[in-house]
Amino acid sequence: MSKILEGFLYQESHEWVKKVSDDEVLIGITDYAAEQLGSVVFVDIPEVGDSIEAGAEFGAVESVKAASDIYAPVTGEVIEMNEDLVGEPELVNEDAFEAWFIKVKLENPEELEKLLSPEEYKKSIE
Amino acid sequence: MFKYFPHTKEDINHMLKELNISSIDELFGQISKEVLLKGEYDIKNEMSELEVRNYFRQLSDENQEMVVFSGLGLYDHYQPAIIDAITSRQEFLTSYTPYQPEISQGTLQYIFEYQSMIQALTGLDVSNASMYDGSTATAEACFMACNITRRKKVLISKTLNPNTINVIKTYLKFRGYDFEFISSKNGVFDVDDLKEKMNKEIAGVVVQNPNFFGLIEDYSGVSEMIHEYKSLFIQNRDPSTLGVLKSPSEDGADIACGDCQSLGAPLAFGGPTLGYLATIKKHVRKLPGRICGYTTDSDGKRAFVLTLQAREQHIRRSKANSNICSNQSLMALYVTVYTSIMGKAGLEEVNNLSYQNAHYLYEKLLKTKKFFDPFKQPFLKEFTLETTISHDLISEALFNNNIFGGFSLESISSEYENLINFCVTEKRTKAEIDKLIEVLEGLS
Amino acid sequence: MSYDKLIFELSVPNRRGYSLPKENYPTYHINDLKNHLRKSELVLPEVSELDCVRHYTNVSKKNFGVENGFYPLGSCTMKYNPKINEEIAKSLSFTKLHPYQPVRTIQGALRAYYELQVALSEISGLAEFSLNPYAGAHGELVGLMVMKEYHLSRKDFKRTKVIIPDSAHGTNPASTTVCGMEVIEIKSNELGMVDIDSLKAALSDEIAGMMLTNPNTLGIFENDICEITKLVHDAGGLMYYDGANLNALLGKVRPGDMGFDIMHINLHKTFSTPHGGGGPGDGPVGVKDFLVDFLPNPRIKKLDDYYYTANINTALGQISSFYGNYLVELRAYSYILNLGKENLMNVGKLATLNANYIRNALKDDYYLPIEGYCMHEVVFDGLKDNPNDIKTLDVAKRLLDYGMHAPTIYFPLLFHQSIMIEPTETESLQTIDEFIRVMKKIAEEAKTDPELLKKAPINTPITRTDEVFAARAMIFSYRDYLEYNKE
Repeated sequence: MSKILEGFLYQESHEWVKKVSDDEVLIGITDYAAEQLGSVVFVDIPEVGDSIEAGAEFGAVESVKAASDIYAPVTGEVIEMNEDLVGEPELVNEDAFEAWFIKVKLENPEELEKLLSPEEYKKSIE
Repeated sequence: MFKYFPHTKEDINHMLKELNISSIDELFGQISKEVLLKGEYDIKNEMSELEVRNYFRQLSDENQEMVVFSGLGLYDHYQPAIIDAITSRQEFLTSYTPYQPEISQGTLQYIFEYQSMIQALTGLDVSNASMYDGSTATAEACFMACNITRRKKVLISKTLNPNTINVIKTYLKFRGYDFEFISSKNGVFDVDDLKEKMNKEIAGVVVQNPNFFGLIEDYSGVSEMIHEYKSLFIQNRDPSTLGVLKSPSEDGADIACGDCQSLGAPLAFGGPTLGYLATIKKHVRKLPGRICGYTTDSDGKRAFVLTLQAREQHIRRSKANSNICSNQSLMALYVTVYTSIMGKAGLEEVNNLSYQNAHYLYEKLLKTKKFFDPFKQPFLKEFTLETTISHDLISEALFNNNIFGGFSLESISSEYENLINFCVTEKRTKAEIDKLIEVLEGLS
Repeated sequence: MSYDKLIFELSVPNRRGYSLPKENYPTYHINDLKNHLRKSELVLPEVSELDCVRHYTNVSKKNFGVENGFYPLGSCTMKYNPKINEEIAKSLSFTKLHPYQPVRTIQGALRAYYELQVALSEISGLAEFSLNPYAGAHGELVGLMVMKEYHLSRKDFKRTKVIIPDSAHGTNPASTTVCGMEVIEIKSNELGMVDIDSLKAALSDEIAGMMLTNPNTLGIFENDICEITKLVHDAGGLMYYDGANLNALLGKVRPGDMGFDIMHINLHKTFSTPHGGGGPGDGPVGVKDFLVDFLPNPRIKKLDDYYYTANINTALGQISSFYGNYLVELRAYSYILNLGKENLMNVGKLATLNANYIRNALKDDYYLPIEGYCMHEVVFDGLKDNPNDIKTLDVAKRLLDYGMHAPTIYFPLLFHQSIMIEPTETESLQTIDEFIRVMKKIAEEAKTDPELLKKAPINTPITRTDEVFAARAMIFSYRDYLEYNKE
């Protein structure tokens, strides 16, 4: 059974969002997604300064036999990327909720309200 | 029954009985009569092996093997005997794509060696397991550049082989990408024109060296000019010449591509050859096609596998970098065996002998005063001359002496009026070269 | 212990394996090219001829070819590759021809191309083929280019979407993207067949056409094929036939007669040319009459008994340097002549008989997800009675221990444990019975000795590989390998 943590917001395409300040969030993929993919061998994430748009692809995760696009849960500017994942993509499998991909400055903090609660996400993957 | 069908009548009866049916046609019962083939194919009846052999002998006799003094993308280099011996082994010839690594280490290992050799020759970081040919490899290199830079336009040197240009144009047109030519000056690509056309919309710049005319181009300062705009520098190179000429890496190229026919494969009426495609590590995930990588098995033994498959069509489907599936694997074995047996010294000798032969012919032809060099640029084994003698006359005279050479570039494109191509490899003997000179001297 | 050396590891400085003629013109030297010369190091093997031959002979022994044993790889049609085809492709003048030679010196070569083209057209029920595409996927791309060009020529610019069933090979959607068109994926029903309602819903005046494999990727014939082609044609689209499974239909059904307008053939599947460890194959593209002018350049034409090459203005352009994988084409033509019509008529029947015989014999041990007869290949969805949760991968790997190649696994994607078996018509009852015996034995082992299956294969040159390491470490060349070992 895959982990779904409290204190995180989710979307159906298996990304999580964690609020770190009023207008800044971390984004990653869920434990469930990491399990489905298997051993992650590569993550493709945008550079600092790039902007992402809610609903659009902003990167990809690859395992040996699958590749999956990552969809932006929110709109904003990338202000930090997790450099560790480039060299050690396996961190995603070790702890998907620790292995954040990017930190984003929100353009529109209300967007967070549209995201799923842990309970709602849990239902979506059942 | 036919020799490739092992089924005896008894076998078929036994199988039908097991299936509880009375004729094979019952298995096709769900197919509507509307589409079932009525009657037979309008094709010749079965031929015995002897008749097939005779038939192809007859077709073969309708061809004429000629002494080749032209290149234009296909080079009549010497092929060591061991290439055919090794590439004919059924273990290599009849096996499928190495998706089951436990019983495909043969294929995987030579692909790894092939990639290593292309890596060494180009000086870049990573080669894939091969592409269809040099022209499609170059078109895919353009796609890579567009994909990496997220731009939609490439610059193509006018001095590329027109076949390569045509294939790139087709690929770009259908994909919805754009291109512009960099003009040529004195037979080589015009740096000033490149400078003028470079801008932030350009995904990549494609050049060929030695170029279509056989001339060697100088790329000093070019990579800086291209990289200033974060565009990619794409070089189409004859890999046989990379043993002696500046490598793509030394020129600052991001992608190298071309046709490997010159490394051990026959002319074969143009195919099969194979294309190579190599790039720097940063762009490896945008490299199309199969890639072989090193790993270990569960006992820790060295092993090779197809890897980074998540880039490919069978996983990424409509989002794949390329639709390529089959490559030219067996042809990569030609290249691997050839490059193994020749080594660095052999490649140097092949290039030097070709250089000497070509330059001897070049000087002799200029001395006839019937042929002129319109470009006066350095060349290696292939060169282009201008003449006012009619091409038909040249072609006819050479044909009468069983020589294929002095090919009219005008027949490829009208803009190459009065230009003819020569190529001399290490295979051409002194007697053959002197014969060519004698025939051409006699023309007016 | 199997042979384990790379050619680079046999290298000894100054050892040579080649011999070249002496120089005739020493007054010239390549060093005259001065600053155009390479300065960086070049590491290539330095080996003797025997070193080299022995190396590759030993390396070849780690491969499994069609002549080693049964090769029931679904969707790949691993039939016997006749020796006469090899002889013809290699021993005659064809290997020495330059395509730019004067036309009168290449008449035999042009004629073979032309005659093969005519034979393929007859077998397919189409008007003309171009043999220039190099492989199946290349053929798909070229066929889609024909489709796009056709609509553009009619100024019907809206038609940019291609309907593809979700059960299709990955190359179909990938080729569509490369051709600058958009994929509309439609769902298959539980039998993997086109769902007519989904198809109807997808049709519009933006549809360029539809790509379809028939029999489909589950080895089942699309019964509704006439309705499908009619629906797409009525909506103004063209039908593309993916020839991957053509072997099933040889002698029974012609794609043109089912209403297809464009198709490709994999010569390396249906027409017996060797797979070469992944290529070269060849992917000729054929079309109906009204599309002939769009076929790629160069074309080969015939006037009385004279063959010539031509570039045509209305063509979609050029997609290859010359005439495709020409020597592969020769092999295919040799195969067609050898069989002749009476034997070509039997290919599909015998291939289908073999597949159904296997289907019937294994249905108690492996789960059959689809009722009814299959065509040239049969799909199982893993073991039937499977208390130890043995996966399809384990079954496949165990087959290698018994000296047989694995079937295609995990495709079609419709099922989770797909095992796709294509025996082809060139396999005998004895070979097939032996395969059935082994498959039953493995099903038994799955119950009695699951650990054995989980670590299979054990009798092969290497055991299971670490694919995750390969993808993370990214060691693609001998240079990378040396660097990795230094660390």
